[in-house]
Amino acid sequence: MKKLLIAFVCALLPVTSMAAGVKVDLLPFEANLDDKESLQNGMKLFVENCMGCHSAKYQRYERAADDLEMDKAYVEENLIVGDKKIGEHMTIGMSAEDGANWFGAPPPDLTLEARLRGDAWVYTYLKSFYVDESKQWGVNNKVFPDVGMPNVLQGMQGVQVCKGENCEEFELIEQGSMTPEEFDKAMYDLTNFMSYIGEPSKMVSGKLGMKVLIFLAILFVFAYLLKKEYWRDVKSGSWREKH
Amino acid sequence: MGNPNRSKAEKGLMRWVDDRFPATQMWEDHLSKYYAPKNFNFWYFFGSLALLVLVNQIVTGIWLTMSYTPTAEGAFASVEYIMRDVEYGWLLRYLHSTGASAFFVVVYLHMFRGLMYGSYRNPRELIWLFGMAIYLALMAEAFMGYLLPWGQMSYWGAQVIISLFGAIPYVGEDLQQWIRGDYLISGITLNRFFSLHVIALPIVLLALVVLHILALHEVGSNNPDGIEIKKNKDEKGIPVDGIPFHPYYSVKDIVGVVVFLFVFCIVVFFFPEGGGYFIEKPNFEPANALKTPDHIAPVWYFTPFYAMLRAVTYPLFGVDAKFWGVVVMGAAIAILFVLPWLDKSPVKSIRYKGMICKIMLVVFAVSFVILGVLGALPSTPGRTVVAQITTTLYFVFFLAMPWYSKIDSTKPVPERVTG
Repeated sequence: MKKLLIAFVCALLPVTSMAAGVKVDLLPFEANLDDKESLQNGMKLFVENCMGCHSAKYQRYERAADDLEMDKAYVEENLIVGDKKIGEHMTIGMSAEDGANWFGAPPPDLTLEARLRGDAWVYTYLKSFYVDESKQWGVNNKVFPDVGMPNVLQGMQGVQVCKGENCEEFELIEQGSMTPEEFDKAMYDLTNFMSYIGEPSKMVSGKLGMKVLIFLAILFVFAYLLKKEYWRDVKSGSWREKH
Repeated sequence: MGNPNRSKAEKGLMRWVDDRFPATQMWEDHLSKYYAPKNFNFWYFFGSLALLVLVNQIVTGIWLTMSYTPTAEGAFASVEYIMRDVEYGWLLRYLHSTGASAFFVVVYLHMFRGLMYGSYRNPRELIWLFGMAIYLALMAEAFMGYLLPWGQMSYWGAQVIISLFGAIPYVGEDLQQWIRGDYLISGITLNRFFSLHVIALPIVLLALVVLHILALHEVGSNNPDGIEIKKNKDEKGIPVDGIPFHPYYSVKDIVGVVVFLFVFCIVVFFFPEGGGYFIEKPNFEPANALKTPDHIAPVWYFTPFYAMLRAVTYPLFGVDAKFWGVVVMGAAIAILFVLPWLDKSPVKSIRYKGMICKIMLVVFAVSFVILGVLGALPSTPGRTVVAQITTTLYFVFFLAMPWYSKIDSTKPVPERVTG
């Protein structure tokens, strides 16, 4: 029987490992929602660089201000574009139609982008623009080939070109306003913020979850002892006299 | 209820009620004087756990319905509203989404228990049939619920499943349109699925659960030894190997509940997406009729049947292979209904069945799991062959049962329950 089982698993293995197909290696990324400074910087970068074209229409400014421990007056003055109130969603003025006309497709809403594609994908994407003169905006992206988005990060990152036949590596031929390390940190913060807006409940779910698990662990002790006490009557058969 | 310490007033009140409603009698028939075999093992937790999950789904469902918008325009945003703006809305939603998967986990284990110990056999055929009806209703309930978040996978998953009806010759096209209420899945489909998900199917489910339990309490529970405890009663008419469900199994089930909740809460609080199997990633993008996802996979609990559907690749009698795939898929579920009449073994429990029955049960379980894995993956020629083999084994388990269960050797069944 065991042999049959193993044979089955073996028959399945080579096919499953091929399932992934051709994929670009994503850079490792681990979000850190406790790093409020990183998240605050990420929000600033998001508002300044992404919200020209992308909305985060399910996320409210106020919720972000609260969760990221930011002063509301500061958020209202520096991060809210136009005359929106702090309780409103992070929407933008650009219409989907205009977006489609300008970029080929309307720039997607980014509230859930990190949940949809994964944090590591977003992080890698942000760092994977390279010069490709054949494209509309003069750039292409390694993890999102033929992307319709211009490289708005070029001012910070500088000019990046491909090295190798299949673009195995990138080379920075012209530095932007940031050093590579500063840029990496900025993209980490931006991705961290996008990870946060994808699922703001993560700010509290882990802590609440721990409390619930501790409660259940304690409850287990009492439940188990209660069962054991009752079942002594079953083991001895003495329950029959009691009923 | 036979508590001698009860005060006179309490007794009076109870008598007043009992004269008008069989409260005490129901309590006794179903709990305090319902005698269950004393040798239930680990596998017997999953019935009460299924009930717990059902209650969880109903309670969280009621609260989700308070904030959900059942329109194509508003559904996706309302789920995010629940996730962000409703107090503990994220918890309600994750309890519900995780609960859906947990329901199938416990139901599959509950059904496997039945397969192992022959709980479907005479005199428990109706319990099995009601149980199968619950399983069917549960699949419909889960399928319709999955459309409601109105994400890409909601939409395209529903598209794939509804299109199965289109494979039926002559009436397929019209049938599909009748189900959708439109030429494609639209807000109209969403509305009717919402109605069925929150009203019609829960009522059916609850009614079936009542029937399932009533039938069970009429004949009494089976046990790992597969012997009838009612055949051996003491002078008071209480089965010698029976114990009152309450308090003995109620306190035992509480332990099971706590352990279950521990595992359940780990998922709810720390891995609500279940690695992309409980909530699929493409569902974080709103439904878009013009953009088909690269890979459409049903939720994990449907994948074994989906793999069977795709395993059928030959057209037959001039009818499309897809139709025969649907037939195979339907037959895979239908055949479970007749199981009580396929098992001809003189013993009920796997403990006393012979090697052939044991091997067949393992082959069946392994095939089902392999099919489940295959159904979640994109198909390749190699995988299709594996799916064809395992689909065949799935059916062989049932179709050959009248033969192998009869000729297989058995061990002597004890008079009294063991362990």
